[in-house]
Amino acid sequence: MLAYLLRRILYAVPILIGVNLLTFALFFVVNTPDDMARMQLGIKRVTPDSIEKWKQQHGYDKPLLLNNAANGTDKLTDTIFWQKSAGMFVLDFGYSDDGRSIGREIATRMGPSLEIALPTFLIGLVTYVSFALLMTLFRATTLDMAGVALCVLLMSVSGLFYIIGGQFVVSKLWHLVPISGYDGGMGGFKFVVLPIMIGMIGSVGSSSRWYRTIFLEEIGKDYVRTARAKGLSELAVLFRHVLKNAMIPILTGVVVIIPLLFMGSLLTESFFGIPGLGSYTIDAINAQDFSVVRAMVFLGSLLYIVGLILTDISYTIVDPRVRLS
Amino acid sequence: MGDILRVSGLITQLRNGARIVDDISFSIRAGETFALLGESGCGKSVTALSLLRLLPDGVVRAGGTAQLDGVELFGLHEREMRAVRGGTAAMIFQEPGLSLNPVMTAGEQIAEVLDLHQGMRGKAARQRCVELLDQVGIPDAARRETEYPMQLSGGMKQRVMIAMALAGQPKLLVADEPTTALDVTTQAQVLQLLRDTQTASGMSLLLITHDLGVVAEMAHQVGVMYAGQIVEQASRAQLLARPLHPYTQKLFAALPDATRHNQPLAAIPGSVPPLGSITRGCRFAARCDQAWALCSEQTPDWTVLEDGQGVRCHLYQDQGARGKAQEIGSGGKVNVGWVERSDTHHSLNAGDGYRCAQPILPTSLLQVSDLQVYFPIRKGVLQRVVGQVKAVDGVSLEIPQGRTLALVGESGCGKTTLGKALLQLIPPTAGSVQFAGRELIGLAARELREQRATMQMVFQDPYASLNPKMRVAEILEEGMTALNIQSNSAARQAHIDTLLDQVGLARTSKWRYPHEFSGGQRQRIAIARALAVSPQLLICDEPTSALDVSVQAQILNLLKSLQQELNLSYLFITHNLAVVEYLAHEVCVMYLGRIVERGTAAEVLRAPKHPYTQALLSAVPRIDGQGVERIRLEGDLPSPANPPPGCHFAPRCSHVNETCRASYPPATSQSATHIVHCHLYDDGLDNKGQKPIALS
Amino acid sequence: MPVILWSDALVFLLLAAGIACAWYVRQREHLLLPWRRVAQSATAMVSLLVVSLFLLVGLLDTLHFQAALSEKNSGETVYSPEVLSVFDLLVTPLRTQTEKTYSAPLAVTLYAKESIEMPDGKVLREYPRLRYGGAHLTDTQRQDSDILWRGLTGALAGLLAGLLIALVGKRWLAQRGWPLRALLIATLIIAAIIGMTAKLAAAYHVLGTDKVGQDVLYLSLKSIRTGLIIGTVTTLVTLPLALLLGIAAGYWRGRVDDVIQYIYTVLSSIPSVLLIAAAVLMMQVTIDTHPQWFDTSASRADLRLVFLCLILGVTSWTGLCRLLRGETLKLREMEYIQAAQAFGVSSLRILTRHIMPNVMHIVLISLVMDFSGLVLAEAVLSYVGVGVDPSMISFGTMINGARLEMGREPMVWWALASAFGFMLVLVLAANLFADTVRDAFDPRLNRTEMVA
Repeated sequence: MLAYLLRRILYAVPILIGVNLLTFALFFVVNTPDDMARMQLGIKRVTPDSIEKWKQQHGYDKPLLLNNAANGTDKLTDTIFWQKSAGMFVLDFGYSDDGRSIGREIATRMGPSLEIALPTFLIGLVTYVSFALLMTLFRATTLDMAGVALCVLLMSVSGLFYIIGGQFVVSKLWHLVPISGYDGGMGGFKFVVLPIMIGMIGSVGSSSRWYRTIFLEEIGKDYVRTARAKGLSELAVLFRHVLKNAMIPILTGVVVIIPLLFMGSLLTESFFGIPGLGSYTIDAINAQDFSVVRAMVFLGSLLYIVGLILTDISYTIVDPRVRLS
Repeated sequence: MGDILRVSGLITQLRNGARIVDDISFSIRAGETFALLGESGCGKSVTALSLLRLLPDGVVRAGGTAQLDGVELFGLHEREMRAVRGGTAAMIFQEPGLSLNPVMTAGEQIAEVLDLHQGMRGKAARQRCVELLDQVGIPDAARRETEYPMQLSGGMKQRVMIAMALAGQPKLLVADEPTTALDVTTQAQVLQLLRDTQTASGMSLLLITHDLGVVAEMAHQVGVMYAGQIVEQASRAQLLARPLHPYTQKLFAALPDATRHNQPLAAIPGSVPPLGSITRGCRFAARCDQAWALCSEQTPDWTVLEDGQGVRCHLYQDQGARGKAQEIGSGGKVNVGWVERSDTHHSLNAGDGYRCAQPILPTSLLQVSDLQVYFPIRKGVLQRVVGQVKAVDGVSLEIPQGRTLALVGESGCGKTTLGKALLQLIPPTAGSVQFAGRELIGLAARELREQRATMQMVFQDPYASLNPKMRVAEILEEGMTALNIQSNSAARQAHIDTLLDQVGLARTSKWRYPHEFSGGQRQRIAIARALAVSPQLLICDEPTSALDVSVQAQILNLLKSLQQELNLSYLFITHNLAVVEYLAHEVCVMYLGRIVERGTAAEVLRAPKHPYTQALLSAVPRIDGQGVERIRLEGDLPSPANPPPGCHFAPRCSHVNETCRASYPPATSQSATHIVHCHLYDDGLDNKGQKPIALS
Repeated sequence: MPVILWSDALVFLLLAAGIACAWYVRQREHLLLPWRRVAQSATAMVSLLVVSLFLLVGLLDTLHFQAALSEKNSGETVYSPEVLSVFDLLVTPLRTQTEKTYSAPLAVTLYAKESIEMPDGKVLREYPRLRYGGAHLTDTQRQDSDILWRGLTGALAGLLAGLLIALVGKRWLAQRGWPLRALLIATLIIAAIIGMTAKLAAAYHVLGTDKVGQDVLYLSLKSIRTGLIIGTVTTLVTLPLALLLGIAAGYWRGRVDDVIQYIYTVLSSIPSVLLIAAAVLMMQVTIDTHPQWFDTSASRADLRLVFLCLILGVTSWTGLCRLLRGETLKLREMEYIQAAQAFGVSSLRILTRHIMPNVMHIVLISLVMDFSGLVLAEAVLSYVGVGVDPSMISFGTMINGARLEMGREPMVWWALASAFGFMLVLVLAANLFADTVRDAFDPRLNRTEMVA
């Protein structure tokens, strides 16, 4: 089993290299640094000089892959690829266009992001699973049908609507919580409660329906019939037998996003003015700050891969078939 | 004697009104076994599920009563019913692999029952679990109690199921095809366990099965079901001696065995009618060769004869017909043959009879020598090869033109892998496969394609072996196109018509899709597909194991007549020894990747030498009830990744000695055609006296 | 002069493919069977009716042309630089009757007070009358009764038209055993709504106007095409990628599988919004640095839309690919595949004849399920700033524009509400239809009689 996990971890290395090369190609090969400079400076008042100056300021004035002008290892290291891309493997993200360290920014912004994302995730998971279990318990009845209909309806509403509508009703009409803002510590509670609720409602439809499908698939299996033949009540069958088995497919979708919670949510954070990584990313996209976007892409993949490994570990905990083989 | 269960007028139907179980009544006496016998789709499982009120969604009970130990089951509140389930009445199912919760240990699953019905928890429950596991014959019960189903073999899983059922100390155990998914030697163990348990606890058993042999071995009373009704009910002795209903008679006659080697089996034409399709008349009328006009007009009533045997057939509704029945029934000594012929009771001894009358042809069509198929086991971080699964480990055999070689073995012995390796569907690791003198291993793809027409395969599952998205004509044409058999399309169409005629399907079937056919018809299509390229050898991989007995007979008859007509050779892979007796000229017995005994069918089946062959043969339930002395095999098939040293069979063999554990036995000839790998016969033919058990 | 934009060409391609598939399925009874099940569901058919209306609008909006200008340049016809569609032509007043700025639905005056200089020189703070909305009214007091009257007559006319359609279609439907009553009711309701809207729209701005005075109803209808294109054209990218790579990985396994798995793990490991954002940003740089590639602003916006579809496709094929790989791994062990191998049938033929037809239900289910997700994604991406060109009318740009007015007192709610409303109807109908399709095609949801 240890070998299995070790193999999964080793497998992450080529994936990260792939991500790195992909982003490098996207950012530096599709468009040359010259194009980027022209774009940043505005098309009209561009001169070759100003392009050169911009490139120098931002460290794009080097060859892409191989620096023939340099000597020794500098041939490889004194290049855009080495300085801008390879550094990310040791979590050196460089500086944003306004000259701040991206790494430090990420470190300080993770907290607020997590403050929203983690409760959303936990409350959400409990809600979705309970709702799905309820529908499964009353399967093929009017209650179940109404539940599914509600899920489809909720799924069909744009996520933007939940945010805008929520802000309008809760903050503007009812004045229950401030529209947006953030404050660390206990005082910040009033700021985070609405984003958390909205984040949870946003995916109640699709998640509950998905879990319901999983439960229904499990409940059709032979071992459930055995459990009923023992004389177990339907509730006991559901909780002791079905839920345990359904955990395996549920974990596949759930565990992988846990590390990604650090990244925060783009929409929620920007609407509610939370100074997390999500709004950081949005700001970078709007300001066309490529260094930040590149760093976030790499960080996102890194966390996703950590999530994959965590998924593997969670299997070994939940599923004896994985643990024992 | 009190009845533990009394069912009357039970009706179960789909929500749309189609009846799956239509007015069934029977009762089971305390301590007895009542067998519900029937082919798939006749409603026997639904009967059982109706009784425990475990029907799946969409199926409802629409009428009838059932008293279990004096309690009316259908009047109970669901909460009270839960006390019955697992308490007074327990149930075990067909697929032990799927019926246990994969993420709970065996002990936890048994403890649930103890908690519910015995109020036992904690340490006491654990102790009881171990006791129960011990009681059902699981070795090292204390360890097994903490193991998960995936760590247990199929037979052990069914034992755990039985232990779980016994935990509630039930008065009635409902066993739904409890051994169908198991190998024949494991089946014998489980049936024995059920019998022992019954004797010890005095519980009654409702046994649901399609296997006449199991009925003959287990049942006190038998109800024969057909299309949702019980068509005949009798004691075991009565049923075996004198089946009344034409359907029951046909079921017996359709059983293949050696006594009918020279003649076609009595197959029942057609298949079971779809649910709810017959509302008037006898449901069997369309397939019955004794039917007359009345049968399709008026539903026959339940008639009970003087000796208590009941039947639902117009033949017996008046006195005159009853005389006829006795006349019909009185032909056979025990069982078979009364419908067919009276000359079938010649005894077959090794060396006489039809099979050995023909000498084996000197040139063999297929010659396999020392064939090996290994699969690497990869382990560790770098997935290095750390071992081999020796699925086929040095097999040699030959098949002459126009003859049938049966390859017999239990699941996991490598017989299917061998079949596929012969066709080069799985690349062999080493050895040689020569077809008509031409070596197949190592041929280039193009050369191999030329050889493909000579050898074809018929697969086990007719539902998986036909592409659901292709018409029959397209399915049959595929091989011809791939191998350029008939050059123009008109010739191909004509050939397809001929093929359909040959396998007994209407020519119009070629425009239809597989889902429109029944299992038996699909298997005919599969045979036609193989024949389309005019092969000389057919590899049949358990072609009838997914089919009902009556349909199995149709397919066996077809294979046999095709062999005579086209001078085909068959490699017949099977675990069903009755089929072997009927069809094979030569037999190879395979154990853990190696052939342990081979010879003519008469030699191997009538005078088996290897202890494994003997155990295998004695495990088959016989309908004649003539008990051969049973040889019980202990334990399970070892893993082919890690075969035991010396003779592979040594750990389970009752004649084992030091030599067996040390070295693999060489081939010893028993006759010109009979070879066995066993140290008991090391000195050749001299020590016949040491034969472990003399079989009649 | 007809103009075929890139996205138009792709839509026509999709349409042709759709018609070809429908024709192919019609020839084959067993392929038709699940569709018959779909056709028997009232929900599915009503949803389909709604979706088809949206499709109709989208298709009409896809037939583009450039109008000829009246003046000629030395004998050659000069075309207007503005690219219009047949749909624009049909709803011309909606497009051309723009007000100065915001006005509420069915209003006759602007939303904000302005200083109006009276003939006598005095300056009044007053809500100015709209140029078009309710311009026919001399007396604004009669506004309510006029709206009521127009609404009623419009609805009545719509109902009559609906009845006419229903009478024609009834016998045709009844023969097929389709859910007659549900379709009838739906047709009548939709016809009444359309009639009412049409009648009102002739004189008012039914859903109000936006910041620059454009009719919101027109914007909403124009957004449909953008949403549909994102939802459908994307499949042109996902489908071949997922299908080819998925079944190739599952069938050949080994090295091929390793490579394909590697590719899709790399792609799916990048959070999709970020990947899309990165790609769109880079595309923007390319477009901005090469203005000479585009002759009209419409073609620039259009190319950006096509690229967005491409990028969405590249980031979203991995899920389907994984599903198909898994299914192929199962299928390749099926005995009919082995039977084909025993005949020496080539791998390519096994893939096309045996494996592809048996995974098509997964492809279909996943396509209809993805559609609504993509429509919703467009809005989010446009909001984030990595969606369609800001000059292109779409739900996302509508929401983005209206969002800034959230803070106004009283709130300008109608543009947001229309965008969300139209999106909800489209996505809900698509989801309900997809649900029925899944139920009808998924073999795991066993509909047939249980086996005893």
